[in-house]
Amino acid sequence: MALVQADDLAMSFDVSAPWLNRVIERSPRLLLHAVDGVSFEIEKGKTLALVGESGCGKSTVARLLVGLYQPTRGGFHFDGADAHATYASATGLQLRRRIQMIFQDPYASLNPRWVVEDIIGEPLTEHGLITDKNALRARVEELLQSVGLAAQDRIKYPHQFSGGQRQRISIARALATQPEFLVCDEPTSALDVSVQAQVLNIMKDLQRRLGLTYLFISHNLAVVRHVSDQVGVMYLGRLVELADKQELFANPRHPYTRMLLDAIPKMHDTGRARTPVQGEVPNPLSPPTGCAFHPRCPHANTRCHTERPQMKDIAGIRIACHAVEEKRI
Amino acid sequence: MYPVPKQTTGGAKANVRDAGTQPLLQVRDLIVEFPTRSGNLRALDKISFDIAPGEVLGVVGESGAGKSLTGAAIIGLLEPPGRIAGGEILLEGQRIDNLDHEAMRHIRGRRIGAIFQDPLTSLNPLYSIGRQLVETIRTHLPMSVKDARARAIRLLQDTGIPAAEQRIDHFPHQFSGGMRQRVVIALALAAEPKLIVADEPTTALDVSIQAQIIALLKTVCREHGAAVMLITHDMGVIAETCDRVAVMYAGRIAEIGPVHEVINHPAHPYSAGLMAAIPDITVDRENLHQIDGAMPRLNAIPGGCAFNPRCERSMERCGRERPELMAAGPTRAACWLHDAGAAR
Repeated sequence: MALVQADDLAMSFDVSAPWLNRVIERSPRLLLHAVDGVSFEIEKGKTLALVGESGCGKSTVARLLVGLYQPTRGGFHFDGADAHATYASATGLQLRRRIQMIFQDPYASLNPRWVVEDIIGEPLTEHGLITDKNALRARVEELLQSVGLAAQDRIKYPHQFSGGQRQRISIARALATQPEFLVCDEPTSALDVSVQAQVLNIMKDLQRRLGLTYLFISHNLAVVRHVSDQVGVMYLGRLVELADKQELFANPRHPYTRMLLDAIPKMHDTGRARTPVQGEVPNPLSPPTGCAFHPRCPHANTRCHTERPQMKDIAGIRIACHAVEEKRI
Repeated sequence: MYPVPKQTTGGAKANVRDAGTQPLLQVRDLIVEFPTRSGNLRALDKISFDIAPGEVLGVVGESGAGKSLTGAAIIGLLEPPGRIAGGEILLEGQRIDNLDHEAMRHIRGRRIGAIFQDPLTSLNPLYSIGRQLVETIRTHLPMSVKDARARAIRLLQDTGIPAAEQRIDHFPHQFSGGMRQRVVIALALAAEPKLIVADEPTTALDVSIQAQIIALLKTVCREHGAAVMLITHDMGVIAETCDRVAVMYAGRIAEIGPVHEVINHPAHPYSAGLMAAIPDITVDRENLHQIDGAMPRLNAIPGGCAFNPRCERSMERCGRERPELMAAGPTRAACWLHDAGAAR
């Protein structure tokens, strides 16, 4: 059975005007459906990447999985148990130890007034894993070395490190509790390419050594191709295509996936004709009817305008598209 | 004073004269310094390059390499205490680095346009975009308000804004990110400048919008006959847009040359490492090539070649002598590996 199972996860935010305005202006309640029915599975030791443009709900999925949000619908099973029920129960701390998160901005996610030893040691003391001071120090040094930093770096402050080194500190902190599942929300987006390569290599190396399972969120398809086993493409809060990496990059089916792949500027000419991208991401407060992608889709017909496509298993991949289902593309 | 660059200057000029055109922009031995209590920090160290009329020159490098600073020095918007401490910048043969504030104000917008990363902060939120366009046009061109408005509408149409006649009276917050960047491009082109300095114009945008904006920038600048200095950290953008590219490292140009040469056959070990570090969407690789270490800080730039502590092909000479740009096949690289004079 898969280690991580998300089933129809949904999260809505109430973005209504304040109560008094609603009464006076008679404006209705306004719900933003950030994530609207997302299902996926991740096998142990594998990496699922979620890609999509800003506002498509990928970070909300990450926050749902680590329990920062309570889903408005659906659920998430970790190792067979309902995670959100566990988060709320007495054994919640146990589960939090097994699921950790790496954030996007290494300048914002480390406390500038703490030394590295305190930053990396905090989860260890918080979970009561190590109480002895010398043992804690030894463990922190070991963690620092595992991400390619020096043991004596533990007495330094975050500002004494470069962006890439800081991101390694966040990785070391996430690894401190020996988690099984790491949720990585754009871990390299704030980094330069040569540093990004260092961090990605470390993450892959750790996965091989420790058997970690990753949910890797990114908007960079080239990075995703490099790290993932499976790729899920999100558009306006829903998964539109979920496939094995090889399949998705060799043979993208959903028109949005194709558009994303075409939109990326390539370093080397691929010889494949590029279709110019039309339109922009619609306002998530008033998403289009039917398939949310239909206003930008070159293959949309009347059915796409009215009926929302469901995720279906078609030829070994999961896809939500009427055109693919009807074999029009 | 600096014999090596002077020779190269002469050579470059002679080449250009053969082609029958004078470079639009010439940057010669430009030095930008930041005075601090513990001495001068040299952020740009004697960089030289040309931009031909209508050419698109890409400038890449990692954060802190000095690419934005080069752009800021050219458009005269260096933030104090940063200052030009040496070298010169010539626009159509005329020096612009030593002009006073007022004279520079007439060049900026009229002869050099600028596009910045975040379209929301480059537009005034309190004025309609029409008012901002008309103001810019009338500052630089002798036009009536009516003509300027007609021109503004045409510019908006050129940059692909639908229903420009109505949209011109809208405010920046009524536009999406991609549309705002189109307005900023229209604004930069308002007075038909010869050169546009675009500093990370697509970094704040989503990928699907990025491609639209890059294609637009390229076609609109070609139609209006403007050369572009495109500063970005995205090699893909450079590959699809530029004619030539300059790779910067620690305040110097490491390599400059035709874009496909630099990408496919980089001559400088830093450019080679950089190209190999970028994940390629068309290729599967187990591990990415990594350049160990990080770019040095300005107060700790190593002697000799600034890249030598991280370089896999570093030689004894690299720690001692600083290489200037020298011919390396079709490109020019600041690397002793290409020193024809030395015995191999």
